[in-house]
Amino acid sequence: MGEVVRLTNSSTGGPVFVYVQDGKIIRMTPMDLDDEVDAPSWKIEARGRTFKPPRKTTVSVYTAGFKSMIYSDKRIKCPMKRVDFDPKGERNIQNRGVSGYEPISWDEATDILVAEINRVKREAGPAAILSSPSSHHMWGNVGYRHSTYFRFMNMMGFTYADHNPDSWEGWHWGGMHMWGFSWRLGNPEQYDLLEDTLKNTEMIVFWSSDPEVNTGIYAAHESTPRRFWMKDLGIKMVFIDPFYNHTAGLIGDKWLSPKIGTDHALSFAIAYTWLTEGTYDKEYVATHAYGFEEWADYVLGKTDGVPKTCEWAEGESGVPACEIRALAREWGKKKTMLAAGGLGGWGGACRASHGIEWARGMIALATMQGMGKPGSNIYSTTQGVPTDYEFYFPGYAEGGISGDCENSAAGFKFAFRMFDGKTTFPSPSNINTTAGQHIPRLKVPECIMDGKFQWSGKGFCGGDIQHQMHQYEYPAPGYPKIKMLWKYGGPWIGTMTATNRYAKMYTAPGLEFVVSQSIWFEGEVPFADLILPACTNFERWDISEFANCSGYIPDNFQQTNHRVISLQAKCIEPVGDSRSDYDIYCMIAEKLGIGPMFSEGKTDLDWIEQYYNATDMPKHMTFQEFFKKGYFVVPDNPNRKKTPALRWFAEDREKDTPDWGPRLNNSVDRKGLQTSTGKVEFIATSIKNFEDAGYVDEYRPAMHTYVPAWEGPRCELAKKYPLGMLAPHPRFSFHTMGDGKDSFMNDIKDHRVLVDGHYYWIIRINSVDAAARGIKDGDLVRVFNDRGSVIVCAQLGERTQPGTVHTYESCAEYNPLGKPGRSADRGGCMNILSPDRYMSKYASGMAPNTAQVEIEKWDGGIYEI
Amino acid sequence: MKQWYKVIDVALCHDCNNCFMADKDEFVGNDWPGYTAAQPRHGHRWVDILRRERGQYARNDVAYLPVPCQHCAKAPCVEASGGAISYRSDGIVMIDMEKAKGRKELLDTCPYGAIYWNEEKQLPQKCIFCAHLLDDPTWKPHTTRCAHICPTDAMKTYFVEPAEMDKMIAEEGLEAYLAELGTRPTTLYKNLYKFTKNFITAGVLVDGDCYENADVTLHSKEGGIACTLSGAGVANCQDTSVLATRATNFFGEFKFDGLNNGEYTLEVDAAGRKYSTSVTVKDESVNLGFIRL
Repeated sequence: MGEVVRLTNSSTGGPVFVYVQDGKIIRMTPMDLDDEVDAPSWKIEARGRTFKPPRKTTVSVYTAGFKSMIYSDKRIKCPMKRVDFDPKGERNIQNRGVSGYEPISWDEATDILVAEINRVKREAGPAAILSSPSSHHMWGNVGYRHSTYFRFMNMMGFTYADHNPDSWEGWHWGGMHMWGFSWRLGNPEQYDLLEDTLKNTEMIVFWSSDPEVNTGIYAAHESTPRRFWMKDLGIKMVFIDPFYNHTAGLIGDKWLSPKIGTDHALSFAIAYTWLTEGTYDKEYVATHAYGFEEWADYVLGKTDGVPKTCEWAEGESGVPACEIRALAREWGKKKTMLAAGGLGGWGGACRASHGIEWARGMIALATMQGMGKPGSNIYSTTQGVPTDYEFYFPGYAEGGISGDCENSAAGFKFAFRMFDGKTTFPSPSNINTTAGQHIPRLKVPECIMDGKFQWSGKGFCGGDIQHQMHQYEYPAPGYPKIKMLWKYGGPWIGTMTATNRYAKMYTAPGLEFVVSQSIWFEGEVPFADLILPACTNFERWDISEFANCSGYIPDNFQQTNHRVISLQAKCIEPVGDSRSDYDIYCMIAEKLGIGPMFSEGKTDLDWIEQYYNATDMPKHMTFQEFFKKGYFVVPDNPNRKKTPALRWFAEDREKDTPDWGPRLNNSVDRKGLQTSTGKVEFIATSIKNFEDAGYVDEYRPAMHTYVPAWEGPRCELAKKYPLGMLAPHPRFSFHTMGDGKDSFMNDIKDHRVLVDGHYYWIIRINSVDAAARGIKDGDLVRVFNDRGSVIVCAQLGERTQPGTVHTYESCAEYNPLGKPGRSADRGGCMNILSPDRYMSKYASGMAPNTAQVEIEKWDGGIYEI
Repeated sequence: MKQWYKVIDVALCHDCNNCFMADKDEFVGNDWPGYTAAQPRHGHRWVDILRRERGQYARNDVAYLPVPCQHCAKAPCVEASGGAISYRSDGIVMIDMEKAKGRKELLDTCPYGAIYWNEEKQLPQKCIFCAHLLDDPTWKPHTTRCAHICPTDAMKTYFVEPAEMDKMIAEEGLEAYLAELGTRPTTLYKNLYKFTKNFITAGVLVDGDCYENADVTLHSKEGGIACTLSGAGVANCQDTSVLATRATNFFGEFKFDGLNNGEYTLEVDAAGRKYSTSVTVKDESVNLGFIRL
């Protein structure tokens, strides 16, 4: 046996030490910091105590089990071609998703692919090639989709299937119109709020927020000890969530459980209580809010005849009026942080049919309590550590080796540090621009099957508030229709909405060629004509920082207790005949005749060195030194001026936080918010302008209004499908990452249940609803509505209000029992059941977290529709 | 002689499963000669996490109990194994992979169900307390994989003299799970009542509104143990006939936890408005709903 070597790498669930022996990964662990060489930690003095973080990093559970995803029978070990696909003869498009595969060589695979690319380009132009990667690529800033993928795809030419702002939705389409923050897609800044909370806060209201599960993003369990500090200081923790979530179970003092789609009834009732009892910050509202008087009249029922009382809210939500009132009164008295989701905002309620008004409701409540004053803010406990905000190391969204300023945040700083324009060049986009052709990921099936579609906003459109109102159509004027799809990964079917649509799309006659580049044989990968096996980030080189994605979440390294920058070592050779994305694109670029322009003659490690030298890292060590050590802990900067988020706004000062926005042209005297009034707009001037131009949104009025959820307990569909299904992000997997793949995660009891040789997804049913349907714990049940059926395992309990059932979205498996796209799935794709409707007519967001369903014991049928 | 102990705080465990995964990471696909053969990819639960929901909507909670091999000081598996299972001098219980081969009956000797069968290799297997790592001086974390990866410090290991552990047991109220089995586990639990005992809870309303600072008293005819959970998650337990008193919080709520099965009397005094009721706890926690005064 050879020597065991400890290498470094990182992941979406934290950086790791990787122990390798004889070309095999033995184990992965969190990193213990070494006091002899690693920088000391920050500390906070508050209420007579000193708080210091643990001297180690944490990992999420999908990272803890990553080894089982690397070594898995579900890995695609070699290129494959569908057996009945002949690019020069019968393509048998109708058999996608049904027929099997045969192994072929990389040379054969790239020959087929390049011939198809060139054919499509000659017949229709590059925009007839559609491509889209999954949201969360393998971790690593050089190998990431904004970097290597865009560098190649922009050179090849393609129409991009834009990702919708799926984590932000209600904040983006609603919140942004109330307080700006477009550069954060409507989410707030969180600078220095940890110290503020420890010093000043008396209560935290976690609303649709489960930080032990969602961790902010990518930040593993870094914030866990911080919440225990708060608890020890006597800060009360109240949770509002239809599901008794895991953070509530660990640390909560009280749980309020509204029916799905009714959170905003509670926020209106809380505002009503403050208005009638005079327990809000009148002075602050007078100077910091716009349209408040008119809005208050609406809340009180003066304009619509419906006072938004706690009793009214009980009727909507099922939460006892007395408890809503008790919370409102305590909140009116105590300095309160509103954790409205996992990252300041976010939260599953923003991805629901009431998401726009829920997000606006959160901002309204925080504003009424003097948002930005000491101890009172929107803060999720996941960010705001007093780290060195000035040390520059980019996140993955800053473009890496693409320098694509249109479709990444490369244009903020990094492209200009990375490329000198003399010896090394970026790869900008021309087709994938606001003036070119692009389509929304959520509506790929409509574009391909119907051949036309119209929508608002291009992808993550945060350049300005009005960007989301820009109207687009497919095909873009003069551009061709899609003939070829180059899919990266297979998660659409588990993660989008009403996803039987995607299965049906793959057999559309106009879709002449489908290539899937993927690590695992899962999801909709088995619909492709050609499959290219990629490898994980443990099988190639890369570089990254713990939890730092940046872009629309600027400076989010402040989630972690220590800024840890990792060399991501190539720990083992790619499994089987899989290749790194970079090597795959190099091979194809050569055959396309653009090899030297794509690679500039560099290996992936050469690019990593160039990347390293474009950051602030060389201030501390050379690349060679970093390469040897494997990681670096950015030292604390104790002399840094503390700048709590929005304190400048509360105190009517120039903005002093290191935030990326608003742009200079979006503010007056560098004061105020990005909105045109500079204030929190209870009546949004941006929506009003849009309305005046004839774009009237029934589900997004200019004034923050109680708009009942269009899919929820009061909708027509609920008569047929009476159970409200909450399906937030999964507890254990990170979207599809970690799930399926024959991974260790399948054995986690609360993740999947093994019944007769198959690992079933779980649905949690209140004991009352289960008894009414004769369902016992552990029964296999059919969850269904008009959109389809999913077979899952029932878990009985008390963690939801009767009438509400709970499951998770984003499984990796798709196992239709009969015809794909039409029969029941037992892989666990709950999104087959979620609505594909946009949040509102002009708000192109998804609302998977409000779905009406019915449940019955499964009789073994395949339920084809 | 110093012994290895594992202490698990039930109040700090929220089922993140990092311990379960780290165990698989360490033992699936890795043979540790002299310690244990590799664990099969699926099916074994060397850290078995039990779940128990208590109470009824919407005053309910959930507790998780990670149950690895308890490394008992008086282990039935050792006694029944005829030398195939033995104690190390540091207290770790080890199955000998040679001597135990083919002996599936050893699974039945463990009252905790902590031994699993490896069908392919015909071996009984279980948690080895990461003995192969603890014996390796280059293993810097110097603890088990499960404890090292735990994000809440719910799981900790100690290498101490038994007298020192006895002191910790007394000071922190540590208990063995299923102590009545008499196997003297070296795995000890803090706040075990959250998994094994029950609570009585309700919300007190006066004129329809939640009433803060009502005095609530719980009596028991037989006497019993009542525990208060402090903010730090430390349980203070009392054994009296007036079991405990509580003041309601701003939601008008109170909770008496750590209760044994039995008959209780509950008295509420909200500034002179009084209420009394008897409550039976029988294997389940009780949510009395709202008490309207």
